[in-house]
Amino acid sequence: MSTKHTKAAERFLSDKQQETWHNETLWFVREKRDRMAFSLPEWEDLREMANKIKMHTITHLDKYLDQFSEKAEANGVIVHWAKDAAEHNQIVLDILHGLNAKKMVKSKSMLTEECHLNDFLISHGIDVIESDLGERILQLKGEMPSHIVLPAIHLKRQQVGELFEDKLHTEKGNSDPTYLTRAARQHLRNEFLTADVGMTGCNFGVAETGDVVVCTNEGNADMGTSMPKVHIVSMGLEKIVPTVQSLGVFTRLLARSATGQPSTTYTSHFRKPVDGGQMHYIIVDNGRSDILGNKEHIQTLKCIRCGACMNTCPVYRRSGGFSYTYFIPGPIGINLGMLRHPKEYSDNVSACSLCYSCNNVCPVKIDLADQIYRWRQNLDSYGKADPLKKTMSAGLKFLFERPGLYNFALKFAPLVNHMPHFMVYNGLNEWGKGRELPRFAKESFTSMWKSGKVKPKK
Amino acid sequence: MKVGLFIPCYVNAVFPEVGVASYKLLDHLGVEVDYPMDQTCCGQSMANGGFEDKAVPLAKKFDQLFEKYDYVVAPSASCVAFVKENYPRLLKKEDHLCQTSGKIYDICEFLHDVLKVDRLPGKFPHKVSVHNSCHGVRELHLSSASELNIPKYSKVKDLLSLVEGVEVLEPQKVDECCGFGGMFSVEESAISSCMGEDKVKNHIATGAEYITGADSSCLMHMEGVVDRQKLPIKFIHVVEILAAGL
Repeated sequence: MSTKHTKAAERFLSDKQQETWHNETLWFVREKRDRMAFSLPEWEDLREMANKIKMHTITHLDKYLDQFSEKAEANGVIVHWAKDAAEHNQIVLDILHGLNAKKMVKSKSMLTEECHLNDFLISHGIDVIESDLGERILQLKGEMPSHIVLPAIHLKRQQVGELFEDKLHTEKGNSDPTYLTRAARQHLRNEFLTADVGMTGCNFGVAETGDVVVCTNEGNADMGTSMPKVHIVSMGLEKIVPTVQSLGVFTRLLARSATGQPSTTYTSHFRKPVDGGQMHYIIVDNGRSDILGNKEHIQTLKCIRCGACMNTCPVYRRSGGFSYTYFIPGPIGINLGMLRHPKEYSDNVSACSLCYSCNNVCPVKIDLADQIYRWRQNLDSYGKADPLKKTMSAGLKFLFERPGLYNFALKFAPLVNHMPHFMVYNGLNEWGKGRELPRFAKESFTSMWKSGKVKPKK
Repeated sequence: MKVGLFIPCYVNAVFPEVGVASYKLLDHLGVEVDYPMDQTCCGQSMANGGFEDKAVPLAKKFDQLFEKYDYVVAPSASCVAFVKENYPRLLKKEDHLCQTSGKIYDICEFLHDVLKVDRLPGKFPHKVSVHNSCHGVRELHLSSASELNIPKYSKVKDLLSLVEGVEVLEPQKVDECCGFGGMFSVEESAISSCMGEDKVKNHIATGAEYITGADSSCLMHMEGVVDRQKLPIKFIHVVEILAAGL
């Protein structure tokens, strides 16, 4: 009875010190988020408003996407539409080829991870440089993000120090965060100066103005769009908000939910190309419009990628981002993975105790846990149900449908208490690996009731 | 007022004393209590494991057994939440209009909101750490969830304050999951055990002698951890404390 997540989680837990550090570090972010949320009396109203704005927008996407692209084009932006990852990547490559560009500097974008853009461009001879510090660390290390907001949260500064020694020739044994950050800045400064094109993701696209809004803490998106003359924006089609006024609801929620900051250090609004330059928006579907028709899971399209569900998730904190088989981990990743390919990513559905904390922290009120519950009901139809759980469930149903048999079982259950230890605690008993089994009472409540031992006092 | 007492399967088999305490409390408060003998299980464990269809016949049986009462009361927040949240949808599949989901209460909720208990006899001169279970907090709203910016409250703590001598404490990470989660505890046993160990540690750190709560399933899970590691803390269901003088 195990999934790929179960096994990967066991490996993560085998380094207890690392697990505790990971767990507590993310819990610290959850606490920061709480302090920010509780400092706004209107917090719950904001969440409800964000939920309604997003539901409205994604159910009127035809209108808002048209408005957005028309405004953008009027502002001088070249708008591209990509139906899937391959089209998206090809559009980027074509733009680069058209400019004879050799080097592109990027700010953080989960969509480009989704599309595997970097590998594609590198295989076509383009030098792609991630400029978000966490993403740059991972690029130098050849790893994937383990969290959508804190991509290198699985690494400690000592590991970063060793990596920089090797790649950026920093001092041996120096893992002082300020020192390492300075080294990264110097190294990136040169990349910014020599890049032909800057690419950013997009946190929000404002339909009424055609603007895109990018939130970062390092200012790297601004550097990447100020030095090169060409700016490419890669955005999922669900990133639209109707107006500048509605944007304010989300900018108030995003950083507070994500990292416990009142706002990101930089909230950059982009509208038109710089003089003599170009600006491109690539609006990507890649499966999103299919979700629009999926009543049980449409709410995933409200996601603003804040990562709060990961920070609160007791399973994510103790198993790490790499224990999930989809590139987005945690509660939202379980759902997005299943929407991408249910058979391929069903191993993540076990990674939830149905505690519902994710539902409560989500700034746009996605019913994350309810959706995981629903995926579990469907696993059998994909041929992905756990056979032991299936047998257990069938057995329990058989027992509980028969009160006579159930009462008979209740009567004899206490015998299990007297079974030899090796018969109860063996490889078949997953519970028994970390816990003693409960002991059955000598007499069940039903039996006590039947024999008149439970009766009115008077 | 006629109440149908629902004693969930594992409470029946492992913690019958919780059923007895529930009965004593309701009886003391002047409620007519009946225990329909043919009750078994609400079906939650199968449904949370992904086999909701197996819970449908149990839901139908349950609804038929309990529909005649004014209220259905059970000493288990998560079983109550399952009936309340899922039965109407499950029974729709059988074209059966659910009668019980609107009148089922966890016993703490029932004492607090329906009977509005304001005094209880007896003493319990001990330090207890309250276990705020996930489904109790986030589905039944027995206390304010730690994630939400809403006024703080706890129905369980309100009730405990009626018992003389009890000192009520709460752990750090006040409503973090203990890792039980039904079949989750065996499918993801390593994570589940780790969550249980962390939770127990936080309860012990309060200096309490007992962990108490409205959900026997969480208590059962944590007790498994405590027994294995021989840790210095005991378990008691909230109703046993509330019924201390009965």
